Amino acid sequence: MTETEHPAETESTAAAGAGRSRRLFFSLLPLAAAIVVGIFLFRGLSLDPRNIPSALIDKPVPNFKLAALPDRPPGLAAGDLKGDVALVNVFASWCVACRAEHPLLMDLKRRGVVALHGLNYKDRPGDALEWLGRHGDPYARVGADRDGRVGIDFGVYGVPETFIIDKNGTIVEKIIGPINETILKEKLLPLIAELNR
Amino acid sequence: MKRFGLGCLLALMVAIAPAWAVFIDTPLGDPAAEARAQRLMQDLRCLVCQNQSIRDSNASLARDLRVIVRERIGAGDSDEQAMAYIVNRYGDWVLLDPPFKLTTLGLWIGPFVLLGLAGLGVVVILRRRRQQPAPAPAPLSAQEQARLAALLDETE
Repeated sequence: MTETEHPAETESTAAAGAGRSRRLFFSLLPLAAAIVVGIFLFRGLSLDPRNIPSALIDKPVPNFKLAALPDRPPGLAAGDLKGDVALVNVFASWCVACRAEHPLLMDLKRRGVVALHGLNYKDRPGDALEWLGRHGDPYARVGADRDGRVGIDFGVYGVPETFIIDKNGTIVEKIIGPINETILKEKLLPLIAELNR
Repeated sequence: MKRFGLGCLLALMVAIAPAWAVFIDTPLGDPAAEARAQRLMQDLRCLVCQNQSIRDSNASLARDLRVIVRERIGAGDSDEQAMAYIVNRYGDWVLLDPPFKLTTLGLWIGPFVLLGLAGLGVVVILRRRRQQPAPAPAPLSAQEQARLAALLDETE
């Protein structure tokens, strides 16, 4: 009797052990799920839903030719974006964020490391000229895109946007929203240096 | 009088309902082409107000894109060509119905994978339950036996 009871007892403790670890597993499952969801949500906090990846990265600049602002030559065309590393900054006098980034564009002009061009998006020429007169004109060339068609060819959906174009006229990077000190120092300048090499 | 005013208001609302649905644009002359353009507009996301289609949005970029869609259709583009024209500029992101490809695999298959996993879990749990029936109830104590016997006696 005692002999038969003994093995049965060890079996039941083993089963209890297995049950306990399974219970532990199931009780930790919600925690694990919460951590995984938490990681995704936390990442979501730092993602900007306005930052849509550009379809034009690594593609040549679209073919375009824009007239200059009146009495402010030269205008801007696709051919002007070949030969040198260039930035094309989409701006407008009605764009509030453009004013925030403007001092940095002036700074970029002073550095003289890159050809900086402006694409004046859906603006009245008079307003654009007045704006450049008041805040300074950092651009080598400015194309007036009055109806926004060239902007659409560039995939522009918000102003300001800045395109970085390599010597072959290929779009390397696009910055959506105003350039700030961090973007300038940590992204733009190193990229320009690399492309100039 | 009050009822008359209400009726007028109602009539006015009915009259301008189509104007609400689609903002004032110049439609294409050919109604069939216009219908095609409208359908495409419904599938294109407005990039400014991201959860609206360009058909429903009154953002100026949405208006520009509507003009372009009509232009492409008017120029004899197929639906695919007209969509490709926009996608080439703005990427797959503008499509409210994203295409099935490698980068969107998780988006399309993810829910079915989760559903499959949940189903598998249910099957496993149910099967285990069937294999291990609930333990037999403990044998009756002497006291309970006596009571049972008494009860059975009573019914007889």
